[in-house]
Amino acid sequence: MTKQTNNSTSRRDFMKTSSVAAVGTGLLGNLAMTSGAFASGDETIRVGLVGCGGRGSRAAVQALSTKGRVQLVAMADAFDDQLDASLKRITAATKSLGADRVNVVPERRFSGFDAYQQVIDSDIDLVILATPPGFRPIHFEAAVNAGKHVFMEKPVATDAPGIRKVLAAVSEAKKKNLKVGVGLQRHHQAKYIETIDRIQNGAIGDVVALRVYWNSGGVWEPRRSREQVASEMEYQMRNWYYYNWLCGDHIVEQHIHNLDVGNWIKGGFPVRASGMGGREVRKDKRYGEIFDHHAVEYEYEDGTRMFSQCRHIRNVWNSVSEHAHGAKGVATVSGGSLIAGDEKWRFNGDKSDPYQVEHDDLFAAVRNNEKYNEGEYGAMSTMTAILGRMATYSGKVIDMDKALHSEISIMPKRFTWDADPQSLPNADGEYAIPVPGVTKVV
Amino acid sequence: MLSIIRPTGRPQALLFSLAFIAANSVVAADKSGDAKTEKQMKPYREVLSGTDITFGLTPIPAGEFLMGSAENEEGRKADEGPQRKVKIAPFWMGTHEVTWDEYDIWGFSLDIQRRKIQGLKPTDGDKIADAVTRPTKPYTDMTFDMGHDGFPAICMTQLAAKMYCQWLSAKTGHFYRLPTEAEWEYACRAGTTTAYSFGDDASKLGEYAWYIENNDFVYAKVGKKKPNPWGLYDIHGNVAEWCLDQYLPDTYAERDAKGAISNPLSVPSLTVRYKRVVRGGSWDDDPEKLRSAARVPSTPNWKVQDPQLPQSIWFLTDALHVGFRVVRPLVEPTEKEKMKLRLIPDKLDLFKDPNEVKEKLEEAGKK
Repeated sequence: MTKQTNNSTSRRDFMKTSSVAAVGTGLLGNLAMTSGAFASGDETIRVGLVGCGGRGSRAAVQALSTKGRVQLVAMADAFDDQLDASLKRITAATKSLGADRVNVVPERRFSGFDAYQQVIDSDIDLVILATPPGFRPIHFEAAVNAGKHVFMEKPVATDAPGIRKVLAAVSEAKKKNLKVGVGLQRHHQAKYIETIDRIQNGAIGDVVALRVYWNSGGVWEPRRSREQVASEMEYQMRNWYYYNWLCGDHIVEQHIHNLDVGNWIKGGFPVRASGMGGREVRKDKRYGEIFDHHAVEYEYEDGTRMFSQCRHIRNVWNSVSEHAHGAKGVATVSGGSLIAGDEKWRFNGDKSDPYQVEHDDLFAAVRNNEKYNEGEYGAMSTMTAILGRMATYSGKVIDMDKALHSEISIMPKRFTWDADPQSLPNADGEYAIPVPGVTKVV
Repeated sequence: MLSIIRPTGRPQALLFSLAFIAANSVVAADKSGDAKTEKQMKPYREVLSGTDITFGLTPIPAGEFLMGSAENEEGRKADEGPQRKVKIAPFWMGTHEVTWDEYDIWGFSLDIQRRKIQGLKPTDGDKIADAVTRPTKPYTDMTFDMGHDGFPAICMTQLAAKMYCQWLSAKTGHFYRLPTEAEWEYACRAGTTTAYSFGDDASKLGEYAWYIENNDFVYAKVGKKKPNPWGLYDIHGNVAEWCLDQYLPDTYAERDAKGAISNPLSVPSLTVRYKRVVRGGSWDDDPEKLRSAARVPSTPNWKVQDPQLPQSIWFLTDALHVGFRVVRPLVEPTEKEKMKLRLIPDKLDLFKDPNEVKEKLEEAGKK
């Protein structure tokens, strides 16, 4: 597909307006575009979507549902079938918001591995990055280089080199005054905000331990069989949840939410971790290379421990929750409640959809040119989850410092449909599963 | 099937039966479910083949009742009237709300998993049941940390509840479905005309029901409170229960006031997915929503936190107060009636986007 060079009329109008404004303030139009371009509040924010799966599609709808004029103008996905379906759905879902919310002409629909760059180059203001997480560092770096505001889904990487790339781009984004939102929506959920605020203000005394869980029945079944795809690359991409370079294993893809709550309460990140895990029930080769359970003990700098479990097994004790134990009491953070001696408190406030609020907040920051960058904790909470995976795969105690500086990249060397990912199946279609005591992770 | 639980004189048959029971740890099928007439209807336990899970059914006799509430009933809403005389055919109703123990066998294919691990052969019912659509796996754990074993299943769409019934029918050979609103209210009232099936005094609610005043913001295990006069537990409270009907606020007024209306049902639309009715109120509701006549319409807010587009057709991320119980009419409707009255899921219900359903129907109309 080709890149469109002509801007839409509304964009040209906007440029005119901001140039006029620039004359008055002595700023260059260009500079104004990357930072305070939306101060008047009614300018159109042009959005591009990279990654048109279920989550990306709804994130786009949420972006389009924020206050003020927002338009989706460009889309990218590795697969064009996915893009077409997504565009149709976003259009239908935003119909009631006004006819001009979606304006993705065929020339601004891109597919393949380079599609993200083409969206970024489509004269957009903000890009939503919602592909499988493995690609995030590459996409985020490119977006920041091009001076775009970013909403990126969690997790933001699947290995340490990826995290370092994201962290570098985060500082670059700060320098450029770009707004960066990360899809850890609990940070925009009143229940969490207020409960954690109370914990940090001493409601249960000093926090001595945390317990966090994402034990569930597992996620979607593999979507395509080998017969339905053209290459190993396509097979892994279609069934991305089950391959580490794409997903990071479920400790990274899902459990990050709960680990991040622990980090939020502690106001920092673990310094080391040890753990165990394996593949006990979900063993069929079509489930790729990820474990079905991990149990990790994290240690923070002050000695506080965070006990973590995540599991994809049916019909067992399942729970997705976070709990904080303090010297004076206990908080069920996910339940928005705490008990300390005779004192009982339960959150009973705003129940707004946090997935919408995270977009409302980001877009408000863009319009009002307020400082807004969630990239650092997004990256470090992702790294916390990766650290846990390193601990369960290796069986060793892993230091955060070593983990963060690991040179082991799990990403493919080339991104083309005929390129091979690093993990390849044997003749029976089975992948090598990490073996504690053998597998090297740092 | 039933013969295997009778001692026959033949050692070979006996051996077979023992092996079968041991391998499955199955509870023997209960003959009481084989009634052909209303007189023969008794309580019975239904067995979910290939598992050790059973559930109880309570017979509900045929009869007439006044559906809706009197204008002077405290907490009453306009959609509960005008009252109408309604005639109901006999059916069995789940003694309890459907629990996770039962629901997950379908939802997580636990029966198939167990057969695979233990090397068991499917029953004839299993073979039909295996062909019934099962839901996708939810991204998160749908108990929301409120408990699993013995607790009511929640957060399912009406489609999911209907599909579960379809699967259950295939598996057991008995036709199960959701109750109509009329059946639900008739069974709940159990011959009473008061606000609740135990009288008008809401202060007694705690003896019979889990509602907002008597729990820690969570549902409870089924069957821990007193039943209603016909032996149904948690018919008020704990979880609100799906009915088959489309929610229409004026539906009673539109029904004929003369004589009794037989088995009324507001057939749900294929293209309009909201609103449908839940009844009975829940752990998260005030007393007036637990009244026998109270009607609650479903809303898209019940899945506002589903972060995907299209949103799931199976799960309601924000309906932690919604579950269901099953009924089995004594006289099984014809396949044509099942489709026409939308007693069972339609293929078009599986389209995630109702707009696509409209398109399909328009295409079919043109042909």
